[in-house]
Amino acid sequence: MKETPLSNCERRFLLRAIEEKKRLDGRQTYDYRSIRVSFGTDYGCCVVELGKTRVLGQVSCELVSPKLNRATEGILFFNLELSQMAAPAFEPGRQSDLLVKLNRLLERCLRNSKCIDTESLCVVAGEKVWQIRVDLHLLNHDGNIIDAASIAAIVALCHFRRPDVSVQGDEVTLYTPEERDPVPLSIHHMPICVSFAFFQQGMYLLVDPNEREERVMDGLLVIAMNKHREICTIQSSGGIMLLKDQVLRCSKIAGVKVAEITELIQKALENDQKVRKEGGKFGFAESIANQRITAFKMEKAPIDTSDVEEKAEEIIAEAEPPPEVVAEPVLWTPGTAQIGEGIENSWGALEDSEKEAEDEGGSDEAVLDDMKMDMAAEVSDIGSQDAPIVLSDSEEEEMIILEPDKNPKKIRTQTISAKQEKAPSKKPAKKRKKKRVVN
Amino acid sequence: MAGLELLSDQGYRVDGRRAGELRKIQARMGVFAQADGSAYIEQGNTKALAVVYGPHEASGLRGIGGSRALPDRALVNCQYSSATFSTGERKRRPHGDRKSCEMGLQLRQTFEAAILTQLHPRSQIDIYVQVLQADGGTYAACVNAATLAVLDAGIPMRDFVCACSAGFVEGTALADLSHVEEAAGGPQLALALLPASGQIALLEMDARLHEDHLERVLEAAAQAARDVHTLLDHVVRQHVREASILLGD
Repeated sequence: MKETPLSNCERRFLLRAIEEKKRLDGRQTYDYRSIRVSFGTDYGCCVVELGKTRVLGQVSCELVSPKLNRATEGILFFNLELSQMAAPAFEPGRQSDLLVKLNRLLERCLRNSKCIDTESLCVVAGEKVWQIRVDLHLLNHDGNIIDAASIAAIVALCHFRRPDVSVQGDEVTLYTPEERDPVPLSIHHMPICVSFAFFQQGMYLLVDPNEREERVMDGLLVIAMNKHREICTIQSSGGIMLLKDQVLRCSKIAGVKVAEITELIQKALENDQKVRKEGGKFGFAESIANQRITAFKMEKAPIDTSDVEEKAEEIIAEAEPPPEVVAEPVLWTPGTAQIGEGIENSWGALEDSEKEAEDEGGSDEAVLDDMKMDMAAEVSDIGSQDAPIVLSDSEEEEMIILEPDKNPKKIRTQTISAKQEKAPSKKPAKKRKKKRVVN
Repeated sequence: MAGLELLSDQGYRVDGRRAGELRKIQARMGVFAQADGSAYIEQGNTKALAVVYGPHEASGLRGIGGSRALPDRALVNCQYSSATFSTGERKRRPHGDRKSCEMGLQLRQTFEAAILTQLHPRSQIDIYVQVLQADGGTYAACVNAATLAVLDAGIPMRDFVCACSAGFVEGTALADLSHVEEAAGGPQLALALLPASGQIALLEMDARLHEDHLERVLEAAAQAARDVHTLLDHVVRQHVREASILLGD
């Protein structure tokens, strides 16, 4: 299913809000959404929720023969799947670009940064090594898949326990979990991706974009760091033009964010460890909150309303007084007078001829008066012509009001009429006389 | 190969270059007569060939229910393929694997930013890059070759797109990494730059680098890209001079 396109007014609203440093969910520019980590009953299974984006990570292991050119190293395999339950637009076969990009970024972030000691995964050099496979499934897409996926991957890897193996001479013994406790993987550091979304050609930047913000962004910069402030991966995407100092600034912000997230992860891992040791209940069934319709709860978001009153007064004080309205009545025919200007009249041709006749008739004084009033009328007409005027409810795309010669002719006649007394007029003489009477 | 030092005490690298020196670059434009634009580049031992077709009518092959043409700008389609004999060990799949797809996407992103796509609405520009020998810095060579090919095709661009890779060893930033230096496992940065404005079209980095060193590595890569620009500019002018002599101007 093709994803619903974003309407223009929503796009404009989001961009305007971002220009004013406001986000729809009330976050600041550098704020992350709330991150929740929950673990399953098996080791190596976790669900990470970044706001509403949910990623499930599962680690499994297998004994295989190693690659030929790396005989003493274990094999790491990462796979991210965008399931169709995440967003209806993720149909199998339609998502290849995004999938390739996300998978490659995860691979580079986790494999090339050597966060896991692959040499420790070797059992018998050249014959048997552990192949660790990390499967990530996106369960709900609300923006920023890459951050959630990287957190899920590293948490799952930290949580995972592999079966214990002992080698004695030529004998290799693989112990089941009942015989010997499974052994955790040796992880050097925890790389975590931080995404920066750029808007308006790189002028505005947001951390952790949600789905709406991702749709209107120009491009994305992903920086993966660990808590020792080592950058593991940088990837810019989306065709934005960056400047060097923007990149450096983003890396500093990323450092701060990664430290916070790493702390959160450590706490979650410790909690789970504690619960398991004490024999308490653990697993998804315990950690997924009950979401019943009758128990609908919205998270409270604090709003700062202390300066609202002052702002309102400021706005009133600074507002300009409403513009003066010229309230001279204009007599079109006996019995028909007009005060002020209404909306643009769609009977353009008739109005034209009337106004032209008025320009050309009368004494100099009357003419000057006419000129002034008609200038005002003309200016307002020009102004109203610039703004899109809805004249009908028809579904036609463009409503072109055909008044091609209106403005040039008017200007010409106005300058000429000062010198000319008589000019060709389409109006009956009756109206002209009326004009003289009035003025 | 154990104990290979990437940077000797005297400041020489494995192939005898200094830290900020580029490899020898030789390039030719107009290699194929059939294509709209083509170019061949050799950066040291890395050899890349780029061919550009376009702008032409957007094909509706991959789109479901109609062509993928965009109403207000051109579509840029990039494909990267590295020959099976390009690396030390024979590769099994020249294209279609994840790495090649990613390279294609990155090239597309780079050139969509640089080509003035608004001038060719509803059309498509195809850029095909083939790597004949990969000795490090393949992304950079591809981008440089593609820039020359796009210029050969006469497609308007904002500026040259020059790319170079950079690394970091023992406190010094190295420019234009070769395969040996890449395989050593240190941090590698690939940067595509528009030299006149200094804007970065693509930035990609692998492996661990401490944040404090990022600026130095970025600066080394940017300087190397500017040096590449000088060379490419010279190549383009030479080509135009030869072409005008042949035309008898």
